[in-house]
Amino acid sequence: MRKRWFIGAGVVGIAVAYSVTATRPLAPERLEIGRIGSATDGALIFAAAGCGSCHSEDGTDALAGGKAFVSDFGTFYAPNISMDVDHGIGGWSDYDIANAMMAGVSPDGAHYYPAFPYTTYAKMDPPDALDLIAYLRTLPSDATPSRAHDVGFPFNIRRSLGGWKFLFAGTDWVMQDVDTPELERGRYLVEAMGHCAECHTPRNALGGLKTGEWMQGAANPSGEGRIPSLHPDDLGWSGGDIAYYLDTGFTPDFDTVGGEMVDVVENIAQLNDADRDAIAAYLLALD
Amino acid sequence: MMKSVTLLAGATVLAFGTMALADGHADVNPAVKARQSHMQLYAHNIAILGGMAQESVEYDAALAQIAADNLVALASINETTYWPEGTGNDMIEGVKALPAIWENMDDFMVKQDGMVTASAAMAEVAGTDLASVQGAIRDLGGACSACHREYRQRDD
Repeated sequence: MRKRWFIGAGVVGIAVAYSVTATRPLAPERLEIGRIGSATDGALIFAAAGCGSCHSEDGTDALAGGKAFVSDFGTFYAPNISMDVDHGIGGWSDYDIANAMMAGVSPDGAHYYPAFPYTTYAKMDPPDALDLIAYLRTLPSDATPSRAHDVGFPFNIRRSLGGWKFLFAGTDWVMQDVDTPELERGRYLVEAMGHCAECHTPRNALGGLKTGEWMQGAANPSGEGRIPSLHPDDLGWSGGDIAYYLDTGFTPDFDTVGGEMVDVVENIAQLNDADRDAIAAYLLALD
Repeated sequence: MMKSVTLLAGATVLAFGTMALADGHADVNPAVKARQSHMQLYAHNIAILGGMAQESVEYDAALAQIAADNLVALASINETTYWPEGTGNDMIEGVKALPAIWENMDDFMVKQDGMVTASAAMAEVAGTDLASVQGAIRDLGGACSACHREYRQRDD
């Protein structure tokens, strides 16, 4: 009797594990399949979401990938997402690309590693995703093969990422109360597009973001230096200071942006003043 | 009384001696101090133009020209001797210069030339009007961060 109970529990456990780790593709009805996105609008989404900073190693339009991301779990290499049919994503449908960006699921149904910030892009408005995809299709193709990630056991079992997603992925906003349109826009730019928290928020042992310490600074995964807190008590910058920094790269004391943040400022500088003010409003509203 | 004065004098001498020793112990390579001071001079002059560009300070054509000319002068300084081997952040605590500088010294020097170009462009227009300063300061910032992107430790 006791033995059967154990077997029963084991079967249930395996079923739960199997279910939890399964991929959950993007619900097709979330996308207006068939609508053609606007590449012009998509260029700004591309800048706001910072796609080129990771997928282009030399700052060109060809998104050939190759940039290395060192972490506690191994080294990830940004893949080729140019329009090359063999080595990029030129053969993918709009749904395939949206499913990758917003659900972290590949066309053949595998989980992506969350070095790709799909947990952020999951909150993207589907029309923006379609515009972004339309823009990606205008970029040059490149036949450089993607480099395999250098990830050891057990993180090399992609199935286990289903458990990670179950624990850490979701579409809930971290900042729940946004009482002005500006703050709402800022939240969208920070939490759904800019993926600022991916670096500026500390992670737990499993690599999930500690939302209780949202934007309060973190160790640099590369092991060098620290990524600063953006909390207003720590940063001490005015909204104007933040917006000017994101526009020109100058800090309030006229030092300049450095490191990976240079790329971020180049991207955000392409948005309009209202968007930079919105990001500043969001950061000043952090608690 | 006499004894306490002597004691006080002794303590003072000891304190100053210790401070001098501490300063000596810091043992910062003079080249590091030189280049850090150079960066401060850049920031000081850029701040004058930046304050005007941000419109937190009223535009003053003469002052803008002075600051821009200073930047040209600063950028013209040959920095070769600022960067001796062994003065990166892997060797000296508190230094932010990355070892990549010494691995790519040619590129590093090319990026410094970017500052020559950007400050010359600023000096050409700084005395004209505010809009020109607001335009030229972007490339100036770009020239600074071109180096800071690759060669300065990122931290807070």
